[in-house]
Amino acid sequence: MIESFPSSDAQLPSAVELSDVNKSYGTFHVLHDVSLTVGQGERVVICGPSGSGKSTLIRCINRLETHQSGRIIVNSVELSDDSSKIDHVRRDVGMVFQHFNLFPHLTVLQNCTLAQRWVRKRPQSEAVDIAMAYLERVRIPEKAHRYPGELSGGQQQRVAIARALCMTPGIMLFDEPTSALDPEMVKEVLDTMVGLAEDGMTMICVTHEMGFARQVASEVVFMDDGRIIEKGAPDTLFGSPSHERTKRFLRNLLH
Amino acid sequence: MFDFNLFLSALFGWPLAKGAMLTMVLSVLVMGVSLMLGMAFGSAAGSKNKLLRFFIGAYVWLFRGAPALLILLFVWNGLPQISPIFRAGWFTPFFAAFLALTLIQIAYLSEILRSAFNAVGKGQKEGAAALGLHNWQTFLLITLPQALRIAMPALVNEFISLLKATSLATVISLKELMTITQFAIATSFRFLEWYGAALVYYMAMVSVMTILQSRIERALSKGHR
Ligand SMILES: Nc1ncnc2c1ncn2[C@@H]1O[C@H](COP(=O)(O)OP(=O)(O)OP(=O)(O)O)[C@@H](O)[C@H]1O
Ligand SMILES: [Mg+2]
Repeated sequence: MIESFPSSDAQLPSAVELSDVNKSYGTFHVLHDVSLTVGQGERVVICGPSGSGKSTLIRCINRLETHQSGRIIVNSVELSDDSSKIDHVRRDVGMVFQHFNLFPHLTVLQNCTLAQRWVRKRPQSEAVDIAMAYLERVRIPEKAHRYPGELSGGQQQRVAIARALCMTPGIMLFDEPTSALDPEMVKEVLDTMVGLAEDGMTMICVTHEMGFARQVASEVVFMDDGRIIEKGAPDTLFGSPSHERTKRFLRNLLH
Repeated sequence: MFDFNLFLSALFGWPLAKGAMLTMVLSVLVMGVSLMLGMAFGSAAGSKNKLLRFFIGAYVWLFRGAPALLILLFVWNGLPQISPIFRAGWFTPFFAAFLALTLIQIAYLSEILRSAFNAVGKGQKEGAAALGLHNWQTFLLITLPQALRIAMPALVNEFISLLKATSLATVISLKELMTITQFAIATSFRFLEWYGAALVYYMAMVSVMTILQSRIERALSKGHR
């Protein structure tokens, strides 16, 4: 039931390409000339201090936020005010939020089938089959008929991942998926994400889970004050960061 | 002193039953229409359009501020003075009462719904948008059901107030429950029996609403503890 994800291939265009993106909330300039390229099948981890613009950056990729200048191209589609482009990009991009954002009035299964029905226009039986397949994949099929409020945080986050996967996206965005969880539940969510990475999913994750970053990231990006300060392979960035700000951040993270 | 047989025949007689039916039909119509428009007003109150927000604010200010009796009399007596359209046969006491009460009810319901829409977290809309749902789908499938759950007790309260407020239409001689009761008293001078019978009708209607409320609340509260 679960389709295989596109494997990395030099011929394919980049999954996500940001060039000189600027974003302001009113007069407050949040992102300064951010450029980032994510190839098909790559896993990019974004870290940085609170308020540095990590969430804003990944929310621009599926246009939950609008950018004022620069270009954002997702699977060859450039984001603009054109709503058909936005629809197109959102079909290709799944997102997992810090606070899950499950729909509390719907069961787990309904959470997973709703958008399949209304956006993908899949028939109910097909949507249910797909939902059950992904719920099994996040190892939680037995909760299909429960409501989100009856699940633990870790279980809710796994449902949120399954809900996004049901739309068969090529790219997954994660915004601190484990930071609202009790420590004992972090692992079950990270394991699910590692599994996705192993299957070749293109992923952009905002997270401070260094172990996860070392294990799966093809690149780690460090942000501060709305700028990308440096990026590199996890071992390089964590082992021998070249900027003072990165060093300070990593020191604080370890304490 | 209290003629029990008269009370029973008042209670089970046609006139009061018809009056109660009219009260019920008027209330349901007013509630239905103002719920629809209240939703539109309530969601528009959160729009980015300043002019729209101002218009809704002014509307709520006017129709919440003015006494219901005044609006009722204004619609019934004032409108015909403005235009001959309102002197035509279709402009009945029933229609005038419907119009006046709907104007008022919209103001109250849009306030209740506005705050209920606000109470549904921003994360819900973002979760839906990230899945590719359009704004109207998000409104109907995600925001509205959750907002209705939040607003339900207040909406039922409003309906009960409305049910009783229809009795004001007695001043424009709409033949609702209270008007019929007063007609009957004017000819029989039996206050206790007729007031008693009318009270039973009101209490029965309100009780039905209360039972319905708990049913609806239970249905809508699935998943919430
Ligand atoms: N809707 C908004 N309106 C105004 N300012 C905002 C808004 N959202 C975020 N900001 C500001 O933009 C800056 C970047 O916010 P953002 O949420 O992207 O940071 P972050 O790196 O994700 O931080 P955290 O680690 O705390 O989640 C912050 O200073 C924040 O206060
Ligand atoms: Mg954030």
